[in-house]
Amino acid sequence: MSEENGAKTIDPNTMSIIVTKGSLDWAYPPYILGTTAAAMGLDVTMFFTFYGLTLLKKDLNLKVTPLGNAAMEMPMAGGHMVMPNIVGMIPGVDAMASKMMKNLIKKNGVASVDELRDLAVEADVRMIACQMTLELFDYKKEDLIDGIEIGGAATYIECATKSHINLFI
Amino acid sequence: MADKVLDAKGLNCPLPILKAKKALKDLEPSQILQVLSTDPGSVADFQAFCRTTGNKLLEHKEEGGVYDFLIEKV
Repeated sequence: MSEENGAKTIDPNTMSIIVTKGSLDWAYPPYILGTTAAAMGLDVTMFFTFYGLTLLKKDLNLKVTPLGNAAMEMPMAGGHMVMPNIVGMIPGVDAMASKMMKNLIKKNGVASVDELRDLAVEADVRMIACQMTLELFDYKKEDLIDGIEIGGAATYIECATKSHINLFI
Repeated sequence: MADKVLDAKGLNCPLPILKAKKALKDLEPSQILQVLSTDPGSVADFQAFCRTTGNKLLEHKEEGGVYDFLIEKV
């Protein structure tokens, strides 16, 4: 980056994350990186849009699906069980896979998404819910946790121009 | 030697770091936090955490699968 575009004035300890996915597996990367960056002294902003918006709902009921997830292998009996796409189409498989994943998470001492989100709120991570997505999917602000802002693309872009690290997840 | 001990055994990434950050908040500068962890990834992570935050990693060792870190608050 050159000096002319103002890059020199950007605080290196700033990060923004666009959060676009809301399944159990995809909930982890943004919340892990957001909370860790905040713990390392960065100012963090998370912008929740489309399916990512569900990660701000008061009641989280996150699921994972093997459907369209060719790399999904669950550790089982010392080996790995692959989950062919056709399996994901069987009723009840998503619920089973979600339960298995949650058990694995617990067994391995990995934080729950609720826990990471609480830590993000506690660490003053700025969270912005996308106004358009709220309307599109008919959510109300009351459905979402307290302490978040509502904003649009321009709100995010303004934040991105001031952030040294900008991630899209 | 440590002013505070954080037992993060059994916790996985990023919880040892997040809990260490919280524990450091309660300390005064130059006080020492001891962190015990069983997460092998925490070795590289506590080094990176200290380099970025300026806190001083005085020492780290491993014994019987437990990683032991001494961090001096900046």
